[in-house]
Amino acid sequence: MFEQLNEKDFGTPKRNSEQEVTLEIDGMHVTVAAGTSIMRAAAESGVNIPKLCATDSLEPFGSCRLCLVEIEGRKGYPASCTTPAETGMKVRTQSPKLQSLRKGVMELYLSDHPLDCLTCAANGNCELQDMAGVTGLREVRYGYDGENHLHSKKDESNPYFTYDPSKCIVCNRCVRACEETQGTFALTISGRGFDSRVSAGQDQPFMESECVSCGACVQACPTATLQEKSVIAIGQAEHSIETTCAYCGVGCGFNAEMKGNQVVRMVPSKNGRANEGHSCVKGRFAWGYATHQDRILKPMIRGKFTDPWREVSWAEALDYAASEFKRIQNKYGRDSIGGIVSSRCTNEEGYLVQKLVRTAFGNNNVDTCARVCHSPTGYGLKQTLGESAGTQTFKSVEHSDVILVIGANPTDAHPVFASRMKKRLRAGARLIVIDPRKTELVSSPHIKAAFHLPLKPGTNVAMLSALAHVIVTEGLLANDFIASRCEDTAFRAWRDFVALPENSPEAMQDITGVSAELVRGAARLYATGGNAAIYYGLGVTEHAQGSTAVMGIANLAMATGNIGREGVGVNPLRGQNNVQGSCDIGSFPHELPGYRHVSDSTTRHLFEQAWGVEIQAEPGLRIPNMFDAALDGSFKGMYCQGEDLVQSDPNTQHVTAALAAMECIVVQDIFMNETAMYAHVFLPGSSFLEKDGTFTNAERRISRVRKVMPPKAGYADWEVTIQLAQRLGYEMNYQHPSEIMDEIARLTPTFHGVSYQKIDALGSIQWPCNDDAPEGTPTMHVDEFVRGKGRFIITKYVATDEKITRKFPLILTTGRILSQYNVGVQTRRTENVQWHEQDLLEIHPHDAEERGIQDGGWVSIQSRAGETVLRAKVSERMQPGVVYTTFHFPESGANVITTENSDWATNCPEYKVTAVQVMPVSEPSAWQKTHTRFSKAQQALLAQAKLV
Amino acid sequence: MDMHNLIHMANQIGSFYEAMPDQEEALLGISGHLHNFWEPRMRKQLLEYVDAEAGKELKPIVLSAIRAHRNQLSPRP
Ligand code: SF4
Ligand code: SF4
Ligand code: SF4
Ligand code: FES
Repeated sequence: MFEQLNEKDFGTPKRNSEQEVTLEIDGMHVTVAAGTSIMRAAAESGVNIPKLCATDSLEPFGSCRLCLVEIEGRKGYPASCTTPAETGMKVRTQSPKLQSLRKGVMELYLSDHPLDCLTCAANGNCELQDMAGVTGLREVRYGYDGENHLHSKKDESNPYFTYDPSKCIVCNRCVRACEETQGTFALTISGRGFDSRVSAGQDQPFMESECVSCGACVQACPTATLQEKSVIAIGQAEHSIETTCAYCGVGCGFNAEMKGNQVVRMVPSKNGRANEGHSCVKGRFAWGYATHQDRILKPMIRGKFTDPWREVSWAEALDYAASEFKRIQNKYGRDSIGGIVSSRCTNEEGYLVQKLVRTAFGNNNVDTCARVCHSPTGYGLKQTLGESAGTQTFKSVEHSDVILVIGANPTDAHPVFASRMKKRLRAGARLIVIDPRKTELVSSPHIKAAFHLPLKPGTNVAMLSALAHVIVTEGLLANDFIASRCEDTAFRAWRDFVALPENSPEAMQDITGVSAELVRGAARLYATGGNAAIYYGLGVTEHAQGSTAVMGIANLAMATGNIGREGVGVNPLRGQNNVQGSCDIGSFPHELPGYRHVSDSTTRHLFEQAWGVEIQAEPGLRIPNMFDAALDGSFKGMYCQGEDLVQSDPNTQHVTAALAAMECIVVQDIFMNETAMYAHVFLPGSSFLEKDGTFTNAERRISRVRKVMPPKAGYADWEVTIQLAQRLGYEMNYQHPSEIMDEIARLTPTFHGVSYQKIDALGSIQWPCNDDAPEGTPTMHVDEFVRGKGRFIITKYVATDEKITRKFPLILTTGRILSQYNVGVQTRRTENVQWHEQDLLEIHPHDAEERGIQDGGWVSIQSRAGETVLRAKVSERMQPGVVYTTFHFPESGANVITTENSDWATNCPEYKVTAVQVMPVSEPSAWQKTHTRFSKAQQALLAQAKLV
Repeated sequence: MDMHNLIHMANQIGSFYEAMPDQEEALLGISGHLHNFWEPRMRKQLLEYVDAEAGKELKPIVLSAIRAHRNQLSPRP
């Protein structure tokens, strides 16, 4: 959908009030919500009052004095941006006097502004220029002889934008954007009067300040002072297409501003309901990977993974893949091959991969990378509430009084949601953080957690039981809610269980390491502080008791009646852009689309009729089972779309041994990833800019992904899957991804009402969307739970088998940081590496000193699975006994150390707890040396393909 | 597949259901879970282990569940 290049700016934010006021503006009667500014009231009725310091994403500030108006019966010329509309007001926006006042203001601005408009990067998109035009300024009387800033030095330290103080009009929009929209408070206006200038941090270059490069200030700046380097290099865009970010599960809406097929910049869309015009450094700036020279654009094949690659035509590559899959099935049986759905690809692409497995392969051996992150969410929420998804919209956080964040670090992993949450916290909501680390949220500018419970890794369930114990034994239960909404027998059993003395905070103190008093305080606040919402992430799911903890969270919400309205609920923060979607469309080995078990014959028959094949009634292999089966010789072939198993799955050496034992691995990706080094067929993938489709974010919101340029390798991923299916003897006929969505909608009750047409009309849709909810469902479980009555489930704490010993006395836990995305395949190929060049091991000063470890020195991290070497970062953020690392670089080998221990219900790996020893060393580990050799050899085999 | 791993996984499932006050429900829960989420070759191997080695490393509750609901767990031919 082509969008206007610049979305209309109403000057001040929209106000939500049931009360209305009616006033007269330039003789027109205008009715708006109470609290709306005169400026916005005018803009909504088509009258644009000149402005510079106001923009509708920020609260008005009233500094530029360009928006003056006349109000009948009032003295002077009030600023329309800061004056609320009132009933009966009569406003004039234009008069000779106003015109002359505005002209005067502009003249002053321009007397200290270079007049190089023709060669300025903002030319054609500059509000100062526009206002000069609107006010009819024809000359500047003061000249440049006086004091001015025209020779101020540019700050080009940030890789994505520049700061040119000579063009600054000190409108303060950037400062307010950094505070209000982003919540980082990195900018101030330093100096007074004529000397005042925007400054980052303590008058530092942007890169040295606490700026996180979200770009909100750049977007807010009305001039070229803060300007994207891509715009400086390429010039202003000529058209714009609305699409969705392909990084994290927040699912921000963007306008891809284009010049032909070239992206000029990505601007977060005000219509994006997940982000409302905001974004983070990844979505806004880190899209350069899509055109990176490392992209592989020709299909390739080879007989063994130790052979050189050979570039071939699409037809040859697909013929070869299909013939290998057929050969393997003939030799080893129907169940000896399988497929992997990507959580980064579109819903439509995921749907086709699982359909290919269930039809052309004829088995249920399909799984998705959600296995390693949020599979416990699907399981736990389905068991308790009846649906495998979060219960709210992101906007719901604006109505929360208490926010409980457990096992999540939204500032780094879900930045735009974090900004929205912080806004609410600054407005007074109280915060409980349950996390082994003192995350940024615990204490950040103008935010301080009411409670931080720094529990030991692996003890979430103990903590949740202790919280529940307080709620039950101190009489804080929402009895009416429970009586009307939940299963009685299950509730009683749960209540009696959590009330046991062994679940009290005092009894759990030794296990969790958190004082009973803190736990009691947090439980009381959660239960009695008003609307309470729980947000959780991989720190909950990636444990041996991941599913149990998810159920524990749902229990707490039901016990306190915090579910079924705005401001409350259970909210999983999903990692990748389409984790929710890939689960929804049937990519688990036991489920058909819409979370319906393969043994359910009614559902199976529905799909059998639609697809014209018989579907197996038994569950297929999960990813870790596939590896085990590969090692025992019963699993030999795999079609892997957009997923790097080697880098993302635990116990790397186990994974690579399994892959090496297989006979045909087909990898479809945009880069030669670590898994592709073991592959036999490489099919070039397409980036999110090169195809149409949909992503579903953590709020169940289905948003459109739109093709802004043709696929670089010739085909979008969905087209490749269709061709592979055809060669395997199964016809798929779709001309466009919208037809795939139509099929999903036809066969899946929660999607019955979804179509591209409707998404285009509404902007995005939160499923369930069907006859009962034609425009989708923002809040779930409103009058009753999806399963009817909510089901409390007993969640007994079971210590993980991954215990510390004399040999491995520390606990390693893993996470991610803002600038890099997961295994880093994309972000490592952008300037984002400037913030994070390598993975580090964070260790508490006490543990470091005991081992003679220096900040910045090399350390080996050893577990029972393997060993790797990283640089140490000595940090008070850690608690003693716990070390932490990220996993963005393959050579770090973070997953060489993690073990195959996993969640009891879903096999989601226990990434968050590994017993390790850490010691200073002077050289890389044996694994790293082998890995370096292997990567080099594979690079050489790839280089040979190019020569052919 | 690695028998040791299968036993470990089955016992983890057992640990979850052990907490249920209703034993009947717990046994059904365990067998239901194995049936719904374990691929047939994994279940087959587990049953073989129960037959050959009396499931000696399995938690008693897991063994009881398998014995009580064996039919449900046998892979369809
Ligand atoms: S880029 Fe974001 S964090 Fe940095 S100064 Fe601008 S608004 Fe603040
Ligand atoms: S940098 Fe831009 S937004 Fe900030 S004060 Fe200057 S002109 Fe205004
Ligand atoms: S918050 Fe997530 S979805 Fe939004 S721009 Fe950043 S990475 Fe993209
Ligand atoms: S826009 Fe109202 S004072 Fe600047």
